[in-house]
Amino acid sequence: MNMRDEDILKAAEDWRKEGRGVALATVIETWGSAPRPTGSNLVIDNEGNFLGSVSGGCVEGAVVTEAIDVIDSGKPKVLEFGVADETAWKVGLSCGGTIRVYVEKVN
Amino acid sequence: MKIDMLQALNAERDARRAVVVVTDVESGAQRLVKAVDVEMDPLAEVLEKRLRMAKSGMEETAQGRVFVTVYVPSPQLVIIGAVHISQTLAPLGRMLDYDVTVVDPRTAFATEERFPNIKVIADWPDVALPPLNIDHYTAFVALTHDPKIDDPALLYALERDCFYIGALGSRKTHAKRLARLKEGGASDASLGRIHAPIGLAIGAVSPAEIAVSIMGEITQRLRVKADKAEAA
Repeated sequence: MNMRDEDILKAAEDWRKEGRGVALATVIETWGSAPRPTGSNLVIDNEGNFLGSVSGGCVEGAVVTEAIDVIDSGKPKVLEFGVADETAWKVGLSCGGTIRVYVEKVN
Repeated sequence: MKIDMLQALNAERDARRAVVVVTDVESGAQRLVKAVDVEMDPLAEVLEKRLRMAKSGMEETAQGRVFVTVYVPSPQLVIIGAVHISQTLAPLGRMLDYDVTVVDPRTAFATEERFPNIKVIADWPDVALPPLNIDHYTAFVALTHDPKIDDPALLYALERDCFYIGALGSRKTHAKRLARLKEGGASDASLGRIHAPIGLAIGAVSPAEIAVSIMGEITQRLRVKADKAEAA
């Protein structure tokens, strides 16, 4: 069974209530062929556990790393990921699109 | 996002009500707007349009660029008839993220054994349907072939704003059904909403294939309509 976004946001609430540090990542803009539509959510805790997706697997690893920073600092961030290109990007989207992801702390 | 806001967001979604979150991505400032409160919001026009399209996105406003996240209820699939087709249609709906309910007053059909992990209500439509909150985000299919069960269920659905209504039966069966439903008080316009023969024409033969053709047609209604609304 898929994880629905209701379940993802529910998990964010539950995790926070358990006392974990929690961040919410949301796809805010997409250009070209992007794997997940705007509004897609990824929930991350301070140990790197995550639910949901912002790209279908291409950049989640990088978002999780950044999210842990956001949980520490409390400051929201906008991340941008483009086409996979080893010289320009550490991670990228193999589908050829570009996405921007907003990462905020749940507090 | 503040935990109070997240809690309020989850509560609205549990109640199958649409909600919008407006975020200033520069400052992190954020507000939650329930669907019923949208008309009072400073961005009412923008939010109403996004709600209608069920589409999240960036918006230029007098107060700067904001991101509007639109949360609409998950689609639900209500199946009248715990029949062979339903045994594939119900889990298929679940895989596609629908809230699925199967209704059939015949207790021999409506068993947990035949529908593992699916919500099954072994009761008549007049009892089973009212608590289900049959709304705009509902696909409704009648599959029993028995007018005693299908007809009252269809009359109930036709009075509501379901995005899809389908009924099993040949053209001949359906013509007879339309005559009965008309006698039951349904208008010609509302009767035109019923998809029958049900499903996309993919030459489906087995019950499972018919389930696929029905789910294909429901998906088409859900998505193609949304795209057209966007183009308008």
